[in-house]
Amino acid sequence: MNLFELFEDIEKADPEFQDRISPRRDAIKNMTSFGSKVAVAALPFAFSELLKKAYGQVPSSAVLATLNFALKLEYFEAAFYRTGLAQASLVVPTSDRTNILAPIAAHEVSHVNFLKTALGTNAVAQPADSSYDFTAGGAFATVFTNYATFLAVAQVLEDTGVRAYKGQAGVLLKDQTYLTAALNIHSVEARHASAIRYLRRTTISGASATKPWISLGTGNVANDTGISTVDGNYASENNTMQGSPAVDITKLPGVSANSTISLSAAVEAFDEPLTMAQVLNLVAPFHVS
Amino acid sequence: MKTLFDTGTNVNMARRSFLRYAGAGAVAATGVLAMSSCHKHHDNIFNTVDVGSGDTGILNYAYALEQLEAAFYIQVALTPYSGITPTETALLTDIRDHEVAHREFFKAALGSNAIGSLTPDFSSINFSNRTQVLAAAQAFEDTGVSAYNGAGYLIQSPDYLLLAGKIVSVEARHASYIRNLVSYGSFANNMILDGNGMDKAQSIAQVLPIANTYLKTKVSAASFNYVP
Repeated sequence: MNLFELFEDIEKADPEFQDRISPRRDAIKNMTSFGSKVAVAALPFAFSELLKKAYGQVPSSAVLATLNFALKLEYFEAAFYRTGLAQASLVVPTSDRTNILAPIAAHEVSHVNFLKTALGTNAVAQPADSSYDFTAGGAFATVFTNYATFLAVAQVLEDTGVRAYKGQAGVLLKDQTYLTAALNIHSVEARHASAIRYLRRTTISGASATKPWISLGTGNVANDTGISTVDGNYASENNTMQGSPAVDITKLPGVSANSTISLSAAVEAFDEPLTMAQVLNLVAPFHVS
Repeated sequence: MKTLFDTGTNVNMARRSFLRYAGAGAVAATGVLAMSSCHKHHDNIFNTVDVGSGDTGILNYAYALEQLEAAFYIQVALTPYSGITPTETALLTDIRDHEVAHREFFKAALGSNAIGSLTPDFSSINFSNRTQVLAAAQAFEDTGVSAYNGAGYLIQSPDYLLLAGKIVSVEARHASYIRNLVSYGSFANNMILDGNGMDKAQSIAQVLPIANTYLKTKVSAASFNYVP
């Protein structure tokens, strides 16, 4: 679920969006009656109500298209786990399935349901799982026959999901209800990414150096997966300049007075954002459009 | 004081375990005596520091939490618990370095507005005991995630909000790893998440009392409705 981008894209489709959802706007003043607890507990319904109140009964076609694109991404993610975990050709250890993969799959389905609830009858139909190219044009030819490949793709999808959130939060600046909800989903995606990475480290031969956090690859390139096909998914993850004015993390004091923060720690300590255009390019090979 | 995550049907296991193992109630008794060795805060008889207001206040709040986390993992690395595995040593050291990076970043970003160095009090934690250390780590990480999530909307500057977002997902990665060490499969379970598969958010007034349990220097946030 990519709520930050969702709101940014809606804003592109409808420049008035901020005003429409602002609790300060008279037309939807009663939206402020959502206490944060209520809104978070019942977010799909609150979001649905928000759209109705902001746009009247039916949002514009451009806004619907944006919401539906987010739904398409969630359909894809849910389908990836559903299809993979149902493959007879893919040997998934029971413990891995029970403890890590099934819970993540269930969360992806709940994200689908979130958007379907918000869109109501305007929700785009769910594509057949067979319509996706989970091999991404052959880049991951063994995704459903080789468990190592399956987990590698899962890791990339989760890391990319976390990254896709960032940088869009400004749209929801100071919005207690919706920014907080978006942050609450965002950190769950990071928990997923970390769990998949740790699973790879512990179960996949050749992935024993994988860390729960995004680190540096060989030669200090941004991509730590060892799969050059996904360089784009990890672009600029080796950034060490943070803040504005920028601070070089590697120049700061480390654990002891005589050390500085290592390059790898500086990179790992901050997850970096991806733009919408980058995300679109990344999912296109999977036949998500 | 509210419990860490009190909205679910279950009382939060992490919090209960944390308190049970860490014996947090015993901390108060040691606080006053320990002050005598503290130089930086002699000018304040109550040994309390306030984070301030606005974005400076939020950054100082984050700085305080990162100071606490960094101090905790520095101690973990200095006195590893018995039975620690090579992987645990490597990854807990990574976490230590991340928290130090966060701490130093906030210090640099705040410049002359930064609060001073806080003095931690981990006397309630037996660092030689794996269960106690990991229970404490889990509570610190989950609290950190909920603290960033809960304070996000208070941030005025888009730059700082992005930074908080860059850091909170790393804290969530830590929380996920630690949780799986404590109980495999608990990385995002329903003790942590609500019915929509979403993490929790906590207010400053909810988080600081927990943090202060592990600090000799008490942190207040008067402009955010919390004074210890």
